[in-house]
Amino acid sequence: MIKDLLIILISSSLVNNVVLSQFLGLCPFLGVSKKTNTAAGMGVAVIFVITLASAVSGLVYKFILERFDVTYLQTIVFILVIAALVQFVEMFLKKFMPPLYQALGVYLPLITTNCAVLGIALTNVQKKYGILTGIVNGFATAAGFTVAIVILAGIREKMEYNDIPESFRGMPIVLVTAGLMAIAFCGFSGLL
Amino acid sequence: MDNSNSMERLYNGLVKENPTFVLMLGMCPTLAVTTSAMNGLGMGLTTMVVLALSNMIISLLRNIIPDKVRIPAFIVVIASFVTMVELLLEGFIPALYDALGLYIPLIVVNCIILGRAEAYASKNPVIPSLFDGIGMGLGFSFALTCIGAVRELIGAGEIFGLHIMPDSYVPCAIFIMAPGAFFVLAALTAVQNKIRINGERKGKDMSKIQSGCSEDCMNCNEKGCSHRFYGEGKESGQK
Repeated sequence: MIKDLLIILISSSLVNNVVLSQFLGLCPFLGVSKKTNTAAGMGVAVIFVITLASAVSGLVYKFILERFDVTYLQTIVFILVIAALVQFVEMFLKKFMPPLYQALGVYLPLITTNCAVLGIALTNVQKKYGILTGIVNGFATAAGFTVAIVILAGIREKMEYNDIPESFRGMPIVLVTAGLMAIAFCGFSGLL
Repeated sequence: MDNSNSMERLYNGLVKENPTFVLMLGMCPTLAVTTSAMNGLGMGLTTMVVLALSNMIISLLRNIIPDKVRIPAFIVVIASFVTMVELLLEGFIPALYDALGLYIPLIVVNCIILGRAEAYASKNPVIPSLFDGIGMGLGFSFALTCIGAVRELIGAGEIFGLHIMPDSYVPCAIFIMAPGAFFVLAALTAVQNKIRINGERKGKDMSKIQSGCSEDCMNCNEKGCSHRFYGEGKESGQK
């Protein structure tokens, strides 16, 4: 059991990195990676939301959708549950944990329905993960996202002072960097 | 509804506001499924069906849906069509269903669809909205097929499964793997940048050409993606 969870942890965070090999959550990955500290903040918020969302969607799937045999409604239900959950988390943090809200608050609305959140809820169902396995998978995937976005932000900070050809300035060079990172992450596929 | 308006919507989606080449929206599926021209075309057409139908229904309901809950209402409409299309594909074209996998349900969070609902369908009558959806969808399909064809050609020496390159050509397999997607998109955005810079030098208004969605695949319509659809989205920013 522990071994299975460990394998999921490594495969979801490194080998099948959510951004670099599955292209989920690409927009925050490219958009919020200008500075390392904002990237890290985004990463923590994503870990928080995705872990929570995989727990809630797992529970909803098991105790509502499967119970009443309406699993074909999963896409609709998941997206509404996730959107509501993020709103709720935002309100909850604002009221009861102001320091945490100040740290994560800015990022929460940005990930309301980030495709990675829905993607992981659906992957958990597709791969028939149980609730605990689903939560671990969600956490690992989000950790992989955080690793990738922090690395990219670090590279982009260094890149700022370089002399880049005019037409490659901005997004193109970031994409080239992401491509090179994706090659590097391909190396992890030997791990399992 | 006059014919010229419908044609204008199609032209708009295919060329003037091509969602991929001009606006750079919906990048996740663009990168993920374009490993071959066929997959790109399949994904594009699937998105087109969802886009056209949801545009039509949202346009029909535009006077009934209260303004405050319009986003959740749009999402439910879109998600319903995505579910239908998913079940149809699973039943009738299982090969495509397997190839696209997770990215079919993820059409829900493709910001082209919600962006169009917000910027066009919620303000315009049914027939133009339908054609707007078809035009945008065709533009998306065209772009995905092109990107898929390039990746397939370089990565496997084939287009639509037909062998094109001479036998001496050694396929560069990285282009059909994940990194290749980033490189092709990088080249595409570089070309786009070049066109924009040249255009600006000549004093043309190039503000619509943008590279990359800034924050979120779906929420961007509220945060400032829909303004990128020519003029139409400006008033939608205010609540």
